[in-house]
Amino acid sequence: MQLASLPDAQIVARCRQGDQDAWRELVSRFSRYVFAIATQAYRLRQEDAEEIFQEVFTRTYEHLERLRDDEAIRPWIGQLARRLCIDRLRAGSREELADLESMPGGADDTMDTLDEAFAVHEAMAGLSENCQEILDRFFARDESYQTIGAELGIPSGTIASRISRCLSKLRELMEGRNAGASPSG
Amino acid sequence: MTAYDEHRLAELIKALPPAPQAWVEAAQELPLARATLDDIVARAETDIAFRDALVADLEEALRLEGYEPESLPLDELQRRLDS
Repeated sequence: MQLASLPDAQIVARCRQGDQDAWRELVSRFSRYVFAIATQAYRLRQEDAEEIFQEVFTRTYEHLERLRDDEAIRPWIGQLARRLCIDRLRAGSREELADLESMPGGADDTMDTLDEAFAVHEAMAGLSENCQEILDRFFARDESYQTIGAELGIPSGTIASRISRCLSKLRELMEGRNAGASPSG
Repeated sequence: MTAYDEHRLAELIKALPPAPQAWVEAAQELPLARATLDDIVARAETDIAFRDALVADLEEALRLEGYEPESLPLDELQRRLDS
């Protein structure tokens, strides 16, 4: 079974056993989330964001043995990243932190959006590889139709319709997830 | 239940761009770097000449011993050597 398809708890368990590939998968799985918390929710400068990014994964590695709930690794990493970003801002300008925490569209709102975005990215794993690539390249990597077409070997004139079809499939997947998560009765 | 239209989904995909590749790779190599650091610190505790060389010029001493300083967390190594 491919590591990418394993649930978080199994990845964490493998990391704890010293599995290097599992650790690489864990970093890969949460790297966007941590990056977005530092750069979008707390708007850290690039060099601060890089230090926080490495610190989050260093502490995660050091604390794997003490994690109470392996399934809760994502919220745990999210909280850790938040705390480290806040500490970094406190060490600099307190006003900057107060603004980010209180204003509409501030850190709390952005964190909610990032949690939702993480769920969408997880759901994308249920799409075909081609759809995953197209959606990620166009929206997350901001690549042009031309670049995507050249990289994936498909006519660039068909990219827009493919994006539309892939988004429809993703919508179905998200609605399925939500329906499954709703309380019955 | 949250309703998702295509526009909202596009926004949410966009909200998580990839982290810089070099950052990701550095974090992925963390366990190996940690193990190497442990080896260096352990040797520095027993090999006085090696320890002196590290204190005099950390990066050069590491290079002479075949390590790649650029792949190691040197700040942390320095802290551990100082403690």
